[in-house]
Amino acid sequence: MGWRGGVSAGPPGWRLDRGDPRWPACLDDLAACDERDRVVRLFVDGDLPPLPGVALVGARRPTLQGLEVARRIGADLGRRGVTVVSGFAVGVDAEAHRGCLAGGGRTVAVLGCGLAVPYPRAHGPLRTQLTKTGALLSEYPPTDGPLPWHFPLRNRIIAALSRAVIVVEAGEGSGALSTAHRAVELGREVLAVPGSIMGTACAGSNRLLRDGARPYLDPSDLSDVVPECRTELAGIAPGGGCGGSRARRRPGGAGAAPRPEPHAPGQRLLDLLGAEPVHREVLARGLDLPAADVAVLIGELELTGAVRALPGGRVLRARW
Amino acid sequence: MSCVVHGLSGVPVTVEVDVANGLPSFTIVGLTDRSIQEARERVRVAVRSAGFDFPARRITVNLAPAEVPKEGTGFDLAIASALLRHGDGRLALDGVGLIGELALDGSVRGVVGVLPMARRLLEAGIRTLLVPSENAAEAALVEGVSVFGVERLSDAVAHLRGARRLAAAPPPPMGAVPQAPGTDLASVRGQALAKRALEIAAGGRHNVLMLGPPGSGKTMLARALGGLLPDLSVDEALEVAAIYSLRGRLADRPPTSLRPPFRAPHHSVSRAGLVGGGAGLAQPGEVSLAHRGVLLLDEVCEFPRAHLEALRQPVEERRVVVTRVRGTVVFPAELILVAAANPCPCGRLGQAVGEGCRCPAEQVVRYQARLSGPMRDRIDIVVDVPRVEGADLFGEREEESSGRVRERVAAARARQRERAARAGATANALVPGERLLEICGLDARGRDALTRAGERGRLSARGYHRVLRVARTISDLRGDERVTREAVIEALQLRGQAG
Repeated sequence: MGWRGGVSAGPPGWRLDRGDPRWPACLDDLAACDERDRVVRLFVDGDLPPLPGVALVGARRPTLQGLEVARRIGADLGRRGVTVVSGFAVGVDAEAHRGCLAGGGRTVAVLGCGLAVPYPRAHGPLRTQLTKTGALLSEYPPTDGPLPWHFPLRNRIIAALSRAVIVVEAGEGSGALSTAHRAVELGREVLAVPGSIMGTACAGSNRLLRDGARPYLDPSDLSDVVPECRTELAGIAPGGGCGGSRARRRPGGAGAAPRPEPHAPGQRLLDLLGAEPVHREVLARGLDLPAADVAVLIGELELTGAVRALPGGRVLRARW
Repeated sequence: MSCVVHGLSGVPVTVEVDVANGLPSFTIVGLTDRSIQEARERVRVAVRSAGFDFPARRITVNLAPAEVPKEGTGFDLAIASALLRHGDGRLALDGVGLIGELALDGSVRGVVGVLPMARRLLEAGIRTLLVPSENAAEAALVEGVSVFGVERLSDAVAHLRGARRLAAAPPPPMGAVPQAPGTDLASVRGQALAKRALEIAAGGRHNVLMLGPPGSGKTMLARALGGLLPDLSVDEALEVAAIYSLRGRLADRPPTSLRPPFRAPHHSVSRAGLVGGGAGLAQPGEVSLAHRGVLLLDEVCEFPRAHLEALRQPVEERRVVVTRVRGTVVFPAELILVAAANPCPCGRLGQAVGEGCRCPAEQVVRYQARLSGPMRDRIDIVVDVPRVEGADLFGEREEESSGRVRERVAAARARQRERAARAGATANALVPGERLLEICGLDARGRDALTRAGERGRLSARGYHRVLRVARTISDLRGDERVTREAVIEALQLRGQAG
């Protein structure tokens, strides 16, 4: 992988100038808004998916719930063929990329440093996976480091490359809020995922809601700006949004996901699981089966992908 | 003859005394430490207090073999007796072992390590042993030695002269002591999955990491684990008692107990206190006191990282090697390690109801990685213990008692013994990774489940071995010859987030 080496200009294929047929036209909205914000050239690693997409941004240090939400929304969009745009940072950004890839979608990561700089360091595997179908992109020369003032500037590109910006979980002063503000200036739709009012993790994103951003509950909330979100998905394993698209609640649709064998205890276990994660011990008590059987049951459902194990011994229903 | 101990083995020491003409003096040679040099004063006064004459001549005492370092106060009795034989040829000392510290009034005080010394002296051909009476019971556990408990120096001399024979201490019956009141599983409400995990841990000697918020009952459960282990054999119990004798801790645990020991050192323990070592001749640490039993590290994050690193060797090799300039000492340390910790920095992650935890996800992951980091290879089972809510504490369901689980554990142990022995191990947890697949008897559907778990990307190569070991134990508990799909799937549930 060339990007690890000390490349000064990067492979010639990386550079993308304005006027190139691959140049994303939506980027020029920045200059239309304020000439000083113009982007004149980009460096791109990978193939650019169709743009504008939908931006999914949030905290670098989200709660477990925040990560779960980012992943779920990313997958919902990816499954619909919507390009997910995000900032490749640790936390919500990375999980949004991962979710989109898991949903079979293409995603674009806008970096705050040069493409040849391995930052964040732990994201090497994600980068490899991401560039198979999508692209990493930066306006900085390949060897430029991740300097603090790069990131607010980078956020304007994320906003420009999107029809809508969804803020997943942002505390006060989070960079995701700056992306939202740039999106407002560009006339993009801004949505925020409602979060708990306990604690500070969602203080920023909740304030966006109070200031007039629209709440994001499921993909149908994007239907007026993103045509792909207008139609109900059929024949695709639903990743299940919290309260999944209202229309999807019908049980056992024709093309429903491969369910675990319909043996009763498995179904009973799934019925015990609401949208919130539940601790295994609570499930064991609810099922009133021997502990070994409960463990096997959870394990079977985990293998089929119907439930997911979360840290702390909790189990989350992943499919509805 | 007396004895010095090195770890659980030791070197018999012959006490030689020469009394010659010259200026009165009293010299002890033979790589002695301070406590032995001070024996000169104790012996001098004690001999007079006992009513004997202390020769005002040039006295030289040699503790042979002279090149072995010696320490402790246990040589007093032997030195005094050898000295007294010089004025009284009737004292029969050949083939007699003497251990004990002398008090100034001529009485004999107890010392530590009498049990391992008695074992070593027996090997050296000693059949008669005089020990302080407070140590007589432990020494009498050694079969083949006549043990006489001595209260005073004068009693010992009278016995050795044949003037007034002491009565031999009867060997105490093994296992006759009442069982220590450990926690019974039945007294722990709920926590069905955690109890099951403990049964599996006991069934194959697997080390456990318990994650749960404060007040969830981790400590209680860990204590209950001790009660799930089968009784020790008499040989094993003697080995354990010998370690306690070395540390002078037989008061904590009667030497005749057949129950596996349980140790729970506080995190302020020193490194030497934990793994063994200390000044002078090395002492066994908590890991050795937990030999053949359970070592609980509660709040394992509070232990200094260096301590946890130091645990690696004992946990992996089942013994502690303390190397000193003056020699190397080996203590056994075959134990089940139970580490308990909060599941996240704020501790609320494991709450069964509600979501108290607001820790950043990445912090939770890093925290849990730090937990298992130093010992990850050796922790087979990770179990999450939630806090049980008030109402559940008074549930109507009847809980299974430790005794019944212990029967299943003993049966599972018996089933795996021969199989594990083929790989040079004594239990499933100790079977080396490279021999595992060959002997565990994984069936086709089990293999399929493992493959699928691998495809889902949550199984490292190391994790694969751990899952197989645990699955083997689960099958042994169920009485299955082969490792089935159900066993594999249950084992997968116990591997924790670290994979």
